[in-house]
Amino acid sequence: MFVEGTPHGAMLGIKFVAIDIDRATLSLPYDKKLVGNKETGVLHGGVLTTLLDQACGLAAIASFKEMMAVATLDLRIDYMRAAEPGKTIIAEAHAYKTTKHIAFVRGIAHEGDVNDPVATSQASFMTTAMGRKSPKKGDRQKAIQELPKPASNPEGQKA
Amino acid sequence: MTTMDQINEALSQIPYAGEIGIKSLLMGDELTLILPYKPELIGNPILQAMHGGVVGAFLETTAMVQLWLMGDPKPLPKPISINIDFLRRGRPQDTYARATVGRQGSRVANVRVQAWQENVRNPISILHGNFLTAADPKP
Repeated sequence: MFVEGTPHGAMLGIKFVAIDIDRATLSLPYDKKLVGNKETGVLHGGVLTTLLDQACGLAAIASFKEMMAVATLDLRIDYMRAAEPGKTIIAEAHAYKTTKHIAFVRGIAHEGDVNDPVATSQASFMTTAMGRKSPKKGDRQKAIQELPKPASNPEGQKA
Repeated sequence: MTTMDQINEALSQIPYAGEIGIKSLLMGDELTLILPYKPELIGNPILQAMHGGVVGAFLETTAMVQLWLMGDPKPLPKPISINIDFLRRGRPQDTYARATVGRQGSRVANVRVQAWQENVRNPISILHGNFLTAADPKP
């Protein structure tokens, strides 16, 4: 369910690229309706907020020992430069520390070159009440096995 | 041009604001933006919680429009760094936001924005951030 994305992620056109333990990658193709400034055609900062929040949330889910749902506690975003109109944005997230109920996650959004980021993020996530009640042992392993195969050459990424 | 016209002009420059359906309300000179609920704003279908990202985008837009109203001349402000605290789950209902400008410098403005649903005293989310309000210097 979380890999397929969220209703709002679908509205923006967020695509799943890859997931691993502690890590997740998503992409977002450029779309005129997501522009923040008509004159420049640059994506709205809030679109990057959603993309990074979702990538970081997915990495957080992938970092817990059991299958859990998460909620964002706080999210910081630094906007390094304007996203280039027309280019697909790739968001990579890494949950670098996980406690029993909290995951600390870093994210980076770029257009194919990780050394030239559009934005970076730092977030913390908490497992939600519903997530705590429902998990069964082995759910996470099963979920990881059932994941779709990552795209071999995601849109916009350099071959 | 009335303040309301100015607000609508600012919002019309932001296609994304129209896409998620942001509306505005002006009481005196106080600007409130409204994000009417629709199912596409959900981030967690089990909890029926709004996507944190869309709440963040809404807060960001509120800061941008508020700063745009104060600026002269007027490039659309750009976020530099923002920090969002999520205090409560965004329920599937309309959300409101209002911005307070801490300091408007010559190039950078510091802004705080609160979003709430039933009651302004119970915010669901708070943003604080710095925005670039000056036009980009020519390279």
